[in-house]
Amino acid sequence: MEKRVTFKGMWLPLLLVLPQMLITAVFFFYPAGQAVWQSLFIPDPFGLSMQWVGLGNFEFLLSDPYYRASFATTAVFSILVTVVSMGVALYLAVLADRLIKGSGTYRTLLIWPYAVAPAVAGVLWLFMFNTRVGVVTWYLGQLGYDWNHVLNEGEAMGLVVVASSWGRVSYNFLFFLAGLQAIPKSVIEAAAIDGARFWMRFRTIVFPLLSPTTFFLLVVNIVYAFFETFGVIHTITSGGPQQATTILVYKVYADGFVGQDLGSSAAQSVILLLIVSVLTVIQFKFIERRVHY
Amino acid sequence: MARDANAGMVERRGAGLWLTHLGLIIGVAFIFFPIWLAFVASTVTQPEIVRPPMPLWPGDQFYENYSKALTSGINAPVARMLLNSAIMALGISLGKIAISLLSAFAIVYFRFPGRQLFFWLIFLTLMLPVEVRIVPTYEVAANFGMLNSYSGLIFPLIASATATFLFRQFFMTVPDELAEAARVDGARPMRFFVDILLPMSRTNVAALFVILFIYGWNQYLWPLLITTDPSMNTIVMGIKQMFPSGDDTADWPVIMATSILAMIPPVVVVIGMQKLFIRGLVDSEK
Repeated sequence: MEKRVTFKGMWLPLLLVLPQMLITAVFFFYPAGQAVWQSLFIPDPFGLSMQWVGLGNFEFLLSDPYYRASFATTAVFSILVTVVSMGVALYLAVLADRLIKGSGTYRTLLIWPYAVAPAVAGVLWLFMFNTRVGVVTWYLGQLGYDWNHVLNEGEAMGLVVVASSWGRVSYNFLFFLAGLQAIPKSVIEAAAIDGARFWMRFRTIVFPLLSPTTFFLLVVNIVYAFFETFGVIHTITSGGPQQATTILVYKVYADGFVGQDLGSSAAQSVILLLIVSVLTVIQFKFIERRVHY
Repeated sequence: MARDANAGMVERRGAGLWLTHLGLIIGVAFIFFPIWLAFVASTVTQPEIVRPPMPLWPGDQFYENYSKALTSGINAPVARMLLNSAIMALGISLGKIAISLLSAFAIVYFRFPGRQLFFWLIFLTLMLPVEVRIVPTYEVAANFGMLNSYSGLIFPLIASATATFLFRQFFMTVPDELAEAARVDGARPMRFFVDILLPMSRTNVAALFVILFIYGWNQYLWPLLITTDPSMNTIVMGIKQMFPSGDDTADWPVIMATSILAMIPPVVVVIGMQKLFIRGLVDSEK
């Protein structure tokens, strides 16, 4: 798509793109290039020189049990976050869509956790489940359940999943509600006249018509779980216990800044870069299809 | 009510309606509970918290806890962290909007050498979060002497082109006749940009502002890396720094007061600009 009417001139447009070009070159392309470059080297133990290892860092990573474990952890974590946050959001959106009046009020009440930073959400949930002072921990204790996410890997994972899904419910709810409200009421009423009950209508009409929204949210939530949950993990578990909640982004940070293993950290960045690219392509393909609908 | 009678046969009435409300209220309660608990914790004394179970109803220490947090905090006064966060969030949102408006104007309304290349370069930056290129970006910022500075907090986070993309899409929908008329009248390109294009983009700019403000305010990893001086901490990353490193008990009332303070600005922006926010979200993500 091109504009028919354009202005003349060469220096003015170059001047206009200059600020963005400069910032993007310095803080985006150069670091991304550095990540690719550094991933081909290992620094010597004194940090004085770099030794070329080719794809050695990648070979090492892919055979490293810790890195593989982190991959598996990330997969489990992002699937759980996506399913939990989309499931709860869809349930609430279906309920709100059934109301004639008042769905706007519920929307206002439900959207604002979206504004709460993942790191702050982490602190809130950490407080509720804190092993010493947590209210939920205490009541669970009264029921005879001994909650300790500091030691128990499954509980640690559960806690970071819930804390990460919490703010995400708002976001998904907005999109699901908009999607539901866009489905023509006449279609649903026709089915109702034919005798289809609620669950039948939902399964055969509403859910298929909602599938573009669902697919879109699927991709966006996976991206969120991969990249934007660092704050939750860092505040609640710091990747523990025994790396049970070390997702890939957390490992880039832990190896690069805490472990000072720059070659490996850079190689991990490159792998993440590839994952993001694939997800981006999927998303754009999908959006293109959506336009043609 | 007549309205109910006309509303169609699918909506629930009577018991079904109440069940629907009940389901939603349970959902809202679940969403609210963590925040309610944080608020309660920010109004009671430390001994009330460390001897569980803590109360579920606010106490009388509201003023004490919040003034302690704001004026002295634990490592740095929270008022200072709020200021840092505000500067960062405003710098990111306004800076990104400004550079994106200019470059979108250039690629839509001009034919210049390198235009296609530029377009593809910015396309590449879409969706690649700072978390992925974190170590080299940190080195760049360190080499520029940007550690513990506002420019270090802001610039690396505006290096992506999502906003440019959105403005490009919007400019493409602006009728050609407007630019044509401006050209016939002999208006310079920047006149057209300032007098016609900018006023037309008002709603898009506002919607994008909401999204970018929240994005900037809620940053965690980047400020964590480049601000080592407590007086440069942003509030979102500063909360974690308030936890003691050893076995000491955390000062929960002050930490929770800080958490509440950290949520207020973005929540106010979202609720206050709800319509624009939803529109911005749907535009930018779809």
